[in-house]
Amino acid sequence: MEKVLGQTLSSTTRSRRSSGFLAPHLDWVTVLLYFLLVALGWMNIYAAVYSPDNVINIFSMDINSGKQLAWIGASLLLIIVLMVVDYKVYEHLAYPIYGFIILLLLVTLVVAKPIAGSRSWLDLGGGIRLQPAELAKFATALAASKFLGSINLRQQNFKDQMILAAITFVPPVIIILQNETGSALVFAAFILAYFREGMSPLILIIGGSAAAIFILTLLVPKLYLIAGITILMALATWMDYRLLRRFKVMIALWGVVVAMIFSVDFFVNDVLQPHQQNRIKALINPEADPLGYGWNVTQSKIAIGSGGFWGKGFLEGTQTKFDFVPEQSTDFIFCTIGEEHGWIGSTVLIALFMVLLVRIVSIAERQKSVFARTYGYCVASIIFFHFLVNVGMTIGLAPVVGIPLPFFSYGGSSLWSFTILLFILLAIDANRAKDLAR
Amino acid sequence: MKYLENRKYVIQGIFLMVGIVFAIRLFYIQVVDSSYKQAAETNAIKPIIQYPFRGLIYDRNGKLLVQNTPVYDLMVVPKDVKNLDTLRLAELVKLPLEDVRERLKKARSFSYVQPSPFYQKLSTQEFAYIQNNLIDFPGFYINARTARGYPHQSLGHALGYIAEISPRQLEDSTYNGYRPGDYIGKAGIELEYEKYLMGQRGVKYKMVNVRGVEKGSFREGAFDTLAVAGENLVSTIDLDLQAYGEYLMNGAKGSIVAIEPATGEVLAYVSAPFYDPNLFTGKDYGKNYMELLQDSNKTMFNRPIMADQNPPGSIFKLTQALIALEEGAINPNTTYACNKSLVNCHDHPSPLNLYGAVQHSCNPYFYQAYKALINQGKSPNTFTDTAIGLKEWREKVLSFGFGQQLGIDIPGEKKGIVASTDLYDRVYGKNRWKYSTIYSLSIGQGELGVTPLQMANFMAIIANRGHYFTPHIIRSVGEDGKPLKEYQEKHYAAVSPQHFEPIIAGMSEVVRAGTGRRANLDKVGIEVCGKTGTAQNPQGPDHAVFVAFAPRDNPKIAIAVYVEHGKWGGQSAAPIAGLMIEQYLTDTVTIKQQEKWVLSREYLNIKSK
Ligand SMILES: [Zn+2]
Repeated sequence: MEKVLGQTLSSTTRSRRSSGFLAPHLDWVTVLLYFLLVALGWMNIYAAVYSPDNVINIFSMDINSGKQLAWIGASLLLIIVLMVVDYKVYEHLAYPIYGFIILLLLVTLVVAKPIAGSRSWLDLGGGIRLQPAELAKFATALAASKFLGSINLRQQNFKDQMILAAITFVPPVIIILQNETGSALVFAAFILAYFREGMSPLILIIGGSAAAIFILTLLVPKLYLIAGITILMALATWMDYRLLRRFKVMIALWGVVVAMIFSVDFFVNDVLQPHQQNRIKALINPEADPLGYGWNVTQSKIAIGSGGFWGKGFLEGTQTKFDFVPEQSTDFIFCTIGEEHGWIGSTVLIALFMVLLVRIVSIAERQKSVFARTYGYCVASIIFFHFLVNVGMTIGLAPVVGIPLPFFSYGGSSLWSFTILLFILLAIDANRAKDLAR
Repeated sequence: MKYLENRKYVIQGIFLMVGIVFAIRLFYIQVVDSSYKQAAETNAIKPIIQYPFRGLIYDRNGKLLVQNTPVYDLMVVPKDVKNLDTLRLAELVKLPLEDVRERLKKARSFSYVQPSPFYQKLSTQEFAYIQNNLIDFPGFYINARTARGYPHQSLGHALGYIAEISPRQLEDSTYNGYRPGDYIGKAGIELEYEKYLMGQRGVKYKMVNVRGVEKGSFREGAFDTLAVAGENLVSTIDLDLQAYGEYLMNGAKGSIVAIEPATGEVLAYVSAPFYDPNLFTGKDYGKNYMELLQDSNKTMFNRPIMADQNPPGSIFKLTQALIALEEGAINPNTTYACNKSLVNCHDHPSPLNLYGAVQHSCNPYFYQAYKALINQGKSPNTFTDTAIGLKEWREKVLSFGFGQQLGIDIPGEKKGIVASTDLYDRVYGKNRWKYSTIYSLSIGQGELGVTPLQMANFMAIIANRGHYFTPHIIRSVGEDGKPLKEYQEKHYAAVSPQHFEPIIAGMSEVVRAGTGRRANLDKVGIEVCGKTGTAQNPQGPDHAVFVAFAPRDNPKIAIAVYVEHGKWGGQSAAPIAGLMIEQYLTDTVTIKQQEKWVLSREYLNIKSK
């Protein structure tokens, strides 16, 4: 029966418009995970603003949970639109969409009024504001995927590599100019997707090591770090004859690492603006910035830590109330889960994200076109990066970078951006049988 | 190709590794390391609301009208109640055991975790006694706040009152920022000026441990905000005049409204029967309120602005005369005979010109003058002509503030009624009514309804020779004491200033030698101009009206007195107006025989014609 239905459908739709809802292959596991995360996020947003002294209905539009519900409702409309639109437009229009978003980013940079130092919000009037930086993620993912589909990355064509680098890094540069460093960092995640498509693992290793050295430099005193690395490299060279033969290379590498440690130190103390310094220093020593970000991290760790194994129970948290942490329902939403649902709840949430990410990778792998597969990896990488930095920051493993937890944090722009990102992939995936039949 | 596909394992491996590292880190923070739990114990932050002082209200001479007095509520948080000895609690609060159980049940059904009042408005002695014993009753605490207090018994209707915010208001987004148990203005000035009076709540953050014991202020008060007291108001009311007006009206029903013509400031605002505003502040507020609401004299009815169903009677002849002069339908020398076949009248010299007609309140005169005004022959069809005339007349009447809210700053003002062509078309049908249908308007009867406030304002217009300022009871908000802008605008009646003099001359005669003699103040050198009126009342004795202003030149006070069932304005209302004017202008009362007459209430016993 299903087969017959599928055949009739694909034969009727092939000649006309192809759409996600008509296709029998929508990945319901991912859809279910999406709604689970969104619903859990909504309840935790309510918990974050809930005060036992002044109970406000969860649906009240005066508090974040009520507004979030409106944004969730709008997301449903968005999903329907994404599913009804011909899935082929995402590939066909990848470059125009990308160009349009770049334009929007530039316009925003010029016309936006600064909100908390950031020039990233576009006022559409009527109290509606849009953050084009959020939309830049899926637009860049589309453009980069389309470009990768048209070249062969393994051939190491320098010109192609430069174009890809430009596609990837022009948006974050504009976003940094808008003073939204957090959103800009997310674009580093594309390296994972490019790695799958044949980029040299060296870049991944160098990038990962650089990030590790960066964070280690902040956490460990310079001299200890240099001594440790020297010993480690000496040991490796001594143990492996192949490395011994490249003695000069190893010396050079050592020099690069040491230079990097010093330049990180210089960068943090002399290049970064004070508020950025504080965020990074808070990682090492939360007491260094007691009123600002350090305090956030301390409070966040206390909140999560006090949750214990089982948590205090829904709405029973004491640490995450009263809005002392201004980003309580946005960037620090994980605290609420940690406090009220304990280790069990936090771990379940982490597991949910893991299942989602692995599922997206397997969806990506079953795509027939390089475009679709790359796009799938881009989606996974972006969600992963947000998860990594957001949760890492609340538990003191990453600097305080103001980026939301996907599907979970309060905020319309971010929820819509992740919804678009994910459901474009699902729309393409649901129609993959047609590409096969073609 | 295959080796690239294997990279998916590397990528998924990175994902899972991060997940596992996070789970381990969380296990360390949440389960292994107990220092965070200890930190949380001393780190709970409890916001303590700082209630602001509600703004005070002063009268025009700086006398306190409304103040704040401390009251104490015994509160209970059911969640925290432990090992309760109900019997001892009943002894402590001196309530029957059953009552105590009932109150506890009510608190629990309201909320298990939120505080709710267990026993409100303790006296200072009760407070001291209960406070000393409260240590044995976990879950109970005393909440100190302030209630309204009044160092006098006057002006209840205008002042209004405050009460706990209702559940319905709490759900309304207009009342954002209010919390259960907050007090809010419910009527009168307290309601109208709520946003100024309420002030701004502050909050103090205290560190508490898990047992709720305070561990000092949080971050040395860096996040604390101070409560900002509400703005004080200065009223236009003269408290002495107000109290005197209530003294004169004690036992009667009706209204007195006095206005300063030059500013629109309300000097006295009496709604009788009146009540002591202190009734609404004590423990028995609910009971007192219900009693007043249900009493047969309709005490809570705010008569000066809400009694709008009564026709103005003869005082409306002044309005008719002014409009007729403006329209050129008559001039001051126009004379008409007192033709009693047109409409009934009493005995007086005849024929009369306008001055005499005002002085003697001649009904046939105004029947004929109004006919000249309404039927100007603008259409040969008498029906159409009447409709045209009435329409133009109505517009002029509205310009005097009749038939619409004047916009006084006391909520609940009614519009009143002014006959319209629509109304008659509805009742009689289009082109089915003419002057003989509507003639009773000429003498202020029929389809007319005027509030006492509108009557007083009408006097202010005559006193000002053609304009008025919106009557208001609050002169200024806050410290600077500057008059409120919205009451500075002049409103003009659609009658030119020169037409007022003949009317005023007639009004002067009314008080010198006519029906308003009981308001005469010649003895103290004050020339009062006034007009009596009687509003027909099918349900019982007629209502008495007297309107006046004084002195004739450079008037300082315009007044309307309305006595329900007072029969004749000259007998009951006029002496009250005279006494009020003398009290206000000279601070003393010399016409003691009039005061005695008013208080004797003998006019209520005068047999009707
Ligand atoms: Zn007469």
